[in-house]
Amino acid sequence: MSEDIQSFTISIYTENNIGLLNRISAIFQRRHINIESLTTSQSEIDGVNRFVIVVNICEDTACKIVKQIEKQVETIKAYYHTEDETIFTESCMFKINSDLLFNEPQIQNIIKESYSRIVTVNKDFFVLEKSGRRNEIEALRRDLNSFGIMQFVRSGRIAVTKDEMKVSELLKAFDNQ
Amino acid sequence: MKTQTINNKKEVAEKAERITGSEAVVKSLIAEGVDILYGYPGGAIMPVYDALYRYQDKIHHVLTRHEQGAAHAAQGYARISGKVGVAMATSGPGATNLITGIADAQIDSTPLVCITGQVFSHLLGSDAFQETDIVGISTPVTKWNCQVTKAEDIPAAIAKAFYIAKSGRPGPVLVDITKDAQVAELDFKYEKCRGVRSYVPVPKTSQEAVNAAAELINNAKKPMIVWGQGVILGQAEEELKNVIEKAGIPAAWTILGASAFPTSHPLNIGMVGMHGNYAPNKLTNECDVLIAIGMRFDDRVTGNLDSYAKQAKIIHFDIDPAEINKNVKVDVAVLGDSKESLAMLSDALNKNSHDAWLKEFKDLYAIEFDQVINNDINPTKEGLTMGEVLKQINIESNGNAAIVSDVGQHQMIACRYADFNVTKSNITSGGLGTMGFALPAAIGAKMAAPDREVVAIIGDGGYQMNIQELGTIFQQKAAVKIVVLNNEFLGMVRQWQQLFFDKRYASTEMTNPNFVAIAEGYYIKARKVTKRDELEEAVKEMMASKESYFLEVMVEKEDNVFPMIPSGASVSDVRLS
Repeated sequence: MSEDIQSFTISIYTENNIGLLNRISAIFQRRHINIESLTTSQSEIDGVNRFVIVVNICEDTACKIVKQIEKQVETIKAYYHTEDETIFTESCMFKINSDLLFNEPQIQNIIKESYSRIVTVNKDFFVLEKSGRRNEIEALRRDLNSFGIMQFVRSGRIAVTKDEMKVSELLKAFDNQ
Repeated sequence: MKTQTINNKKEVAEKAERITGSEAVVKSLIAEGVDILYGYPGGAIMPVYDALYRYQDKIHHVLTRHEQGAAHAAQGYARISGKVGVAMATSGPGATNLITGIADAQIDSTPLVCITGQVFSHLLGSDAFQETDIVGISTPVTKWNCQVTKAEDIPAAIAKAFYIAKSGRPGPVLVDITKDAQVAELDFKYEKCRGVRSYVPVPKTSQEAVNAAAELINNAKKPMIVWGQGVILGQAEEELKNVIEKAGIPAAWTILGASAFPTSHPLNIGMVGMHGNYAPNKLTNECDVLIAIGMRFDDRVTGNLDSYAKQAKIIHFDIDPAEINKNVKVDVAVLGDSKESLAMLSDALNKNSHDAWLKEFKDLYAIEFDQVINNDINPTKEGLTMGEVLKQINIESNGNAAIVSDVGQHQMIACRYADFNVTKSNITSGGLGTMGFALPAAIGAKMAAPDREVVAIIGDGGYQMNIQELGTIFQQKAAVKIVVLNNEFLGMVRQWQQLFFDKRYASTEMTNPNFVAIAEGYYIKARKVTKRDELEEAVKEMMASKESYFLEVMVEKEDNVFPMIPSGASVSDVRLS
């Protein structure tokens, strides 16, 4: 197993439980691992939540952590994947003074070329939204920064994996027991 | 069809009774077979205590003198009986005082259900009197926990708690119940929990893995077993014995594995670890196949991992997949319940013996005996040794006593020298190293197994950490035998100060009170021994006593425990002096 530090996406299927986030984050905290991003949402299965956590660690640690996460009673299944094994994206929003939209022709080009989307416009500000890879979002932020950004926010990474995660089968097997 | 559905519903309705949440707590405990629980009342748990008062013919609540004592007593109860220990406390400080015991149970895989009272749910998060976020606080040290704010959720929460505590790799769970949930009413009907869909308590044992393990063992010239508490928790003592005897494998144990296989057996080669025996530590780095069973390669067992059994093929039997490759990379992992996996292994093993290899252990034992053991148990110097006290207890108990030890030098001596003929007889705080564990744990052990002789071996430091539990012993008439090995030092820390800090004895010397007078203050029969010629008679008197008995033995102040693997050293660098 490679000892190199690399970016891993940890996907966790869980029951919806109030204390579980604490339990899971404690596993990273104990080993002094910084969570680069964390997203939780409903998964493809009704009533089952999915965590997507991005960390920079070596594979050996990823393997141990996934087992310790899976050991938590309310974790159904946990996986780790490299960047190559996932399709991932982030999304971001910019709040920008509306005057710029009309007075700075460059802005129009930036919006067009970055494939970002105007969510709302009013007389004071407009809101731009974009999803994509981190470098695309960073490039857009750099481009807009020179004109002045009122607010910027970026989400954590969301990712689906290229290979199958057979969680429904696991749950079915339990129901048939 | 329709009629039947209605009938079923009716049956349920008839079975359910309208009771309060607090009564539901007590009835749920009774339904789980709880006969004794340990705890301490207070504002937020008072309704449950009121219900306990009404059910005292069915369930015995033991009032400890501190909630930490309750948690450790519940642990002692669980460790000797294999059943789930139960501790109860109020909110706030009551709940936080349980934490050390819970953490101890977590790291030593002890099944525990802790029930705490909590402030009214409408006050949650408002910094109310005696409010503390015990679910948040206990999260890292529990196998599972939850907060119940509705009376109707109580039975299912307790059922789940017992199921999780006991199944798979056992551990402590905590159920926090708000006061309004305790006083509200519900339709009570108890159903035991039979499964949680996100939780696989026992992974399936793979026949291929067993075969791979058996092949390595069958071809081994120098196989060695190290077993841990997983054998006791899996009730696999017989299966372990079959494996050891069939393949003729020298077998060593971790501190928590002690007593699963008799110390007197010729294939029992002693304890591994920092203060374990010379032979099994040294030969860990000589064996060709190391078979680890229900143990977790703790750092106190392995010493420096970079030079731990590098020459050996390693086979690891464990119920917990997270233990596999956690500290030591293994060649074959056999998951599952030890009772089942060891039975499968035994079937796949060839009958064998390894006499020359076993002799290597015996030869090293002879060296250890000459340089360490003989001086410990048959001392010729003036001062008393801890080892000779243990030897005397062995003689009087015939190796049948349950030994409950605290933490420190006396613990290592107890584990090294106590004879264990009966399983579940070594009750000690292994992973957490909790001073103050033994006195309350011995109470729980004695109450769970009143027919067994329970001897607590405690140092003068740890004794004073939960000395208040003498009150519980007195009130409950728990016939615990208490042996304090008094060297007027925090002995293990002093030993390290001597060896690694140039004898700078920072805060380890203790000026102790009159322990005999304190015991007698609790109406416990007490005696102090300062000379060798009094020891035998005193131990006889203690062991013959039908009631609790306190024996203080003044031992040599600056004795050290050897062998020793210095922190960070390799197992093969185990020192005899």
